[in-house]
Amino acid sequence: MDRRQFLFASSASAAAWSVRAATGSALVAVAANFAKTAEGLLPMFEASTGYQITLSSGSTGQLYGQITNGAPYDAFLAGDQARPALLAQAGLSLNRLTYARGLLVLMQAEGGASEASLQGDFNHLAIANPALAPYGLAAKQALEKLGLWQALEGRIVMGQNVGQAYALVASGNAELGLVARSYAPAGHWPVPEAYYAPILQDAVLLRENPAAAAFLEYLNTEAAQATIRAAGYGAL
Amino acid sequence: MSWPDLAPLWLSVQLAGVTTALLLIIGTPLAWWLATTRARIRPFIEAITALPLVLPPTVLGFYFLILFSPNSTLGGLWRDAIGATLTFSFTGLVLASALYSLPFMVQPLQSAFEAVGRGPMEAAATLRAGKLDAFINVAMPMARRGFLTGTVLSFAHTIGEFGVVLMVGGNIPGQTRVISIAIYEQVEVLDYAQAHALSAVLLTFSFTVLLLVYTLNRRAPVRVG
Repeated sequence: MDRRQFLFASSASAAAWSVRAATGSALVAVAANFAKTAEGLLPMFEASTGYQITLSSGSTGQLYGQITNGAPYDAFLAGDQARPALLAQAGLSLNRLTYARGLLVLMQAEGGASEASLQGDFNHLAIANPALAPYGLAAKQALEKLGLWQALEGRIVMGQNVGQAYALVASGNAELGLVARSYAPAGHWPVPEAYYAPILQDAVLLRENPAAAAFLEYLNTEAAQATIRAAGYGAL
Repeated sequence: MSWPDLAPLWLSVQLAGVTTALLLIIGTPLAWWLATTRARIRPFIEAITALPLVLPPTVLGFYFLILFSPNSTLGGLWRDAIGATLTFSFTGLVLASALYSLPFMVQPLQSAFEAVGRGPMEAAATLRAGKLDAFINVAMPMARRGFLTGTVLSFAHTIGEFGVVLMVGGNIPGQTRVISIAIYEQVEVLDYAQAHALSAVLLTFSFTVLLLVYTLNRRAPVRVG
């Protein structure tokens, strides 16, 4: 890309977000674990404020990489606190708040998982990639705490994010999976919270955008928090 | 800067090698049949063969995820016979890659066989060569550019495979963690130094292989007649 093209491309993307800001819409990146929950919050938020939010989901690591490379998001609902902190350090965020506390559970394709399932006869345990996804890191910590991380080597399979880990179990390819409680069906085993560092999820505002700012504010209202807890997250 | 872990590259080379060998075995008779048949079903088989060119890898990956699952007929039979699932295994990746790269083998071979035409085969038959004899000693040498192109394209296409592996591989080191997945992960965790190193190795490797093939292809012109 030469200089002129570069200037054109950056001014085009700048134009795109100033248009969004002016028309009361926002583009929000959301960690895979929270995507369904965020979607569930939108109707109420949009109806009461008149703003419009478009969501893009991915793994927290992937979205962070996109944002540091100039992705046009107005806000970012991360799956951890580390990436939002890095964005703040780099001067890329305007405002930061904690909106959810994630919970890790063990699920089984056929239902009825328990702590003993991890000792049982199975071929594959699906987790999110610990290097990319906060729930993957929590899964690794929990398995280390249980003294199983080494023993299960070769049987652990990784999805790029917690949604893919869930899909590997739901499709029957892996018998067990450590996933977000927001994903798991009934009959899962809640992993004791002492086994992993708290999965506190932070949201950051990336650009001056009234719709995005209002959405972040809305996340901490009692109504939104009740919906978030009902979706399988812990109390803040 | 530390040296990159080259195991994913080696795994990709093995996957591409095994897949290409399998495709030579499956693709040769299929391409010959497509080049010579007058059956009405031919356009259907041609369309099916070309599908992986058009379908996004996510669609293939999604269907493989369903097909390989022990809950499906194929996945269930496989698990009962072998004791392991096709997903998350090297064997599973070979099967998925063979379908994914099928058109890259079959189409060049089919064109090459069509260019051979009926004449040389009929000439061989009048000299009392058996059908297989004529195929091996007449058609195959004449179609050797097709074999070269098909082999290189299948190999290269499989080295570059990403989407399907991402969906059914499970990122297991030494089994399914191929080079494209390793690079993707390094980019995601912002380890740009390692990503640069592996990408440069892959770029150099791919260019060298292609250069070698085009050079050899020039030195060995096909003699017809």
